[in-house]
Amino acid sequence: MSDSTKEWPIWEVFTQKKDGAAHEHAGSVHAPDAEMALLNARDVYGRRMEAINMWVVLSSAIVASTPEDMGPFFDPANDKLYRWPNSFKTPQGIKQV
Amino acid sequence: MEVNNLIDDTTQREIEFDAKIASGKTIEPKDWMPDRYRKQLLRMMSQHAHSEVIGMLPEGNWITRAPSLARKAILIAKVQDEAGHGLYIYSGAETLGMDRSEMNEMLMNGKAKYSSIFNYPTLTWADMGAIGWLVDGAAIVNQTVLAKCSYGPYARAMVRICKEENFHNKQGYQIMAYLMQGTKEQKEMAQDAMNRFWWPTLMMFGPSDKNSPNSGDLLKWKVKLNTNDDLRQRFIDRTIPQAEAIGLTIPDKDLKWNPETRHYEFGEIDWAEFNQVISGNGPCNKLRLKQRNDAHKNGEWVRAAADAYAKKKAVAA
Repeated sequence: MSDSTKEWPIWEVFTQKKDGAAHEHAGSVHAPDAEMALLNARDVYGRRMEAINMWVVLSSAIVASTPEDMGPFFDPANDKLYRWPNSFKTPQGIKQV
Repeated sequence: MEVNNLIDDTTQREIEFDAKIASGKTIEPKDWMPDRYRKQLLRMMSQHAHSEVIGMLPEGNWITRAPSLARKAILIAKVQDEAGHGLYIYSGAETLGMDRSEMNEMLMNGKAKYSSIFNYPTLTWADMGAIGWLVDGAAIVNQTVLAKCSYGPYARAMVRICKEENFHNKQGYQIMAYLMQGTKEQKEMAQDAMNRFWWPTLMMFGPSDKNSPNSGDLLKWKVKLNTNDDLRQRFIDRTIPQAEAIGLTIPDKDLKWNPETRHYEFGEIDWAEFNQVISGNGPCNKLRLKQRNDAHKNGEWVRAAADAYAKKKAVAA
């Protein structure tokens, strides 16, 4: 990288804290390739055993919903109360269904 | 005609934004935000990141001269943490739309500011104690509050940093405590470090509230949650008992406990000195800038090698 104003791409870092846990976003690093991104991610986000596994993914590869969409985009989930078990009445005397 | 139609779109959005912050919601990178919110945050976050990076220099000065292998290992780990802290915050600041290389460029050409404390020299080993205990102690007070600020990426970076900062604080206090149990010369060395770092540490909280141009908006937008003077007082109150416990004297003849307010009263800070240091005339401003530029230049071959390796592998694949 002879031109100091040229920056390596951003990789988003996801860490798995312990066995069985889901990966969680930790932050980002700059790196020229995936292998280097993983090494940088380990040094930046895993100095104290914060992770037993890491993912790195090019930031530009992530597609996200936009804040403006928030209402309409998630609306379909909003009017289906029957998806929650507590929307069903249980006959009296029955403790558990 | 409805009143809302008279207000232009931006004003309406600003009202909604202010209300969102007032209700305690977090602002995320893709959310709409006023230009000034973005600019102030970018200024604060980049200055904060630069401070972490420049902060490696005064301590790096003592890595090769640490008094034992254990102290050396601790100091290396601490300096590496500072690099990490810089990277967490740059990563957060980049979500506001400025590239890290651009921020680094502004640091290297002297346009960007960083914490005034790092423009003081580290003359003895006791300074490693004073920095860890006092400087990182002040940083903890500041950053614990910032961990609740309105901008998500900044707040999350602070949570991560605060977890690590306690190690910095404790190792520094331990250095001071050990010296204070040592010979006459060692005690004098610790007291001398205390004398030199006490006032510059108090200046780290920034100008007094009466004279802090950026505070109003920052408080309204919950980028800052306490005033500079509040945080300075909090730091003083918690640090003085620690100094007394190991026999260090606070270099302030006006210092006294006020049993009514339950706070310490302290002497006048030398704001002329503070202004000199932040405007580039501190003892080490030029040295720090040169060291940062040299470090970047000397790392060039590492970046070039990483680039070449990535290209070679891509061809082979």
